Amino acid sequence: MMADRAKTMTFPNTVSLPGVHRLPFWTPIFWVLMAGGAYVAYLRLFRGLGAVTNLSDPFPWGLWIGFDVLCGVGLAAGGFTLVAVVHIFNLKRYKPILRPAILTAFLGYVLVVVALLFDLGRPDRIWHPLVMWNPHSVMFEVAWCVMLYTSVLALEFVPAVCERFGWKAPLNVLRAISIPVVILGVILSTLHQSSLGSLYLIVPEKLYPLWYTPLMPVLFYISAICVGVAMTIFESWHSSREFGRHIEMPLLSGMARLLAVLLSMYIALRLMDLFQRGGLGLVLVPRMETYLWLLEMSLLIVPALLLYSYRVRHSAPALYACSLMVVFGFIANRLNVSVTGMEAGLGVHYVPKWTEVTVTLAVVALGFAIFRFAARRLPIFESAELSQKPVP
Amino acid sequence: MSQAILYDSTLCIGCRECEKACAARWKLPYNDKIAAEEKISAHKLTAIQTHGEHYSRRLCMHCNEPACASVCPVGALNKTALGPVVYDETKCIGCRYCMLACPFQVPTYEWSSRTPRVRKCDMCYDRRKAGLPTACAEACPTGATISGDREQLIAEAKRRVADKPDQYYNRIYGINEVGGTSVLFLSAVPFDQLGLKTRLPKEPLPQLTWGALSLVPDVVSAGGVLLGGIWWITHRREEVAAAERGEKEGKK
Repeated sequence: MMADRAKTMTFPNTVSLPGVHRLPFWTPIFWVLMAGGAYVAYLRLFRGLGAVTNLSDPFPWGLWIGFDVLCGVGLAAGGFTLVAVVHIFNLKRYKPILRPAILTAFLGYVLVVVALLFDLGRPDRIWHPLVMWNPHSVMFEVAWCVMLYTSVLALEFVPAVCERFGWKAPLNVLRAISIPVVILGVILSTLHQSSLGSLYLIVPEKLYPLWYTPLMPVLFYISAICVGVAMTIFESWHSSREFGRHIEMPLLSGMARLLAVLLSMYIALRLMDLFQRGGLGLVLVPRMETYLWLLEMSLLIVPALLLYSYRVRHSAPALYACSLMVVFGFIANRLNVSVTGMEAGLGVHYVPKWTEVTVTLAVVALGFAIFRFAARRLPIFESAELSQKPVP
Repeated sequence: MSQAILYDSTLCIGCRECEKACAARWKLPYNDKIAAEEKISAHKLTAIQTHGEHYSRRLCMHCNEPACASVCPVGALNKTALGPVVYDETKCIGCRYCMLACPFQVPTYEWSSRTPRVRKCDMCYDRRKAGLPTACAEACPTGATISGDREQLIAEAKRRVADKPDQYYNRIYGINEVGGTSVLFLSAVPFDQLGLKTRLPKEPLPQLTWGALSLVPDVVSAGGVLLGGIWWITHRREEVAAAERGEKEGKK
């Protein structure tokens, strides 16, 4: 019922609105992925995890944890970063790109939960951490933070819905509690973004030493902020093309400067840590992990250097290319920690099954589709357009 | 009075009576095909392995400070005071973090089940509570596997090595590994030749996470004060600026 309505509401509109489709076959691709995802969901439910994944006793976590959860949560970090920039640091000029970032984050977290329902052996017990506590478990902390933070994001997103339908009373309530909610959101994000790194502190003998370091929580946190900023640039670029809006270049250039500094900090910290642990020599060992590490690092170092250039920061395509590199570098890092960096230690070579890939692609496509739907129906960009003074 | 198991590889004849007794105790199927599988799995919680002319055994090591119990978000795994690490399948949500965290890669999963469980040896917790030996120890015809008090078993192992130094590799596996385990191994050859992990840290693995996790209250309180402070300053600055503008206009 809902799906039918969503269908009739979204897709006929796409033709009538200005803006160009970047992907000509987007709609058929989307529905093929949805059908594929539904089919895998059916298999998963009735035949078990073994039928739809290449996971095994020695390799219990694969693509769904490595990409859907670790990358999903990280890519949604733009939400808390921009909320902090606008509401805590009071840099109001960034307000036009705040709502898209909150929407991305909210969708990101909801989709992480969807992916978890696929991955958990007993999805019907996803609520267990609420009542069964183990404060010594990083996973317990992450579960609580993700749950609370998803609620915070809902509160931060709901104003857009209230404005759309002209509900004044809830808006006033939300405004009254907004600052404590914002602060809570930033703290919760700090906790679980870093804790995703802490998850891997328990496997010192399994994770390849190019990635294993006691600093993982700190590194995960900084890289999440980096990719959060990069995602804001990525979104602005795509939504400007999609919705035929002008791109907020002065704002994005400002974000890009912050990104250059944060990335440099991250890279310096990683190299210093590797040096201090006596691991720099590993960079010369000819094995798969080394090449993957070099790929990951270059995807972060190249944009970090480029973004120091004024010309790059003020050119929309160059800025977009840099943000894309950071996003891919981040994804490479999370997959290296969770999959490729673990293979040697676990003694298994893991390649995801087509069913795993289908679910992951379906989740990503669903994210894009809901974002588009919400952006067309709710004041996500409008408020931005109004408050934005024309660029000279 | 922590309970433990001592497996002496030099006494093992590879008869697999321990496997059979274990399967019977867990009501799992056991036949020649399963006997030939030399690895533990959801349907085989202990396995005899052949390493050249030596035998080895795989089973849960029942760590003194188990990584699996520390990482479980719902506390489905617990180290009992008696020694065994036990699993409560009614709590488990199936995140499989225990399988990733276990330094011995012991917990296994019912991958093809609709309501899957983690499976692992529980050192016959019910039998040990009743003062009975473990099923595997009871079934072992040569005394290669015995169960008893951990300290006494360590003393016994030391005695065996001291009595016949030429027949034993001069170490007991499990005394120090990841902070000590409740399953101990004796062998004629270095332990890596039995397929045991020999490069494990000496300190318990849960300590590694606790270092980070114990900072959570500090992050919450310091973060709250810091963010609240920044918010107050940045907004106060704005208020002051607005008030000053107002004053100037008022004077005019």
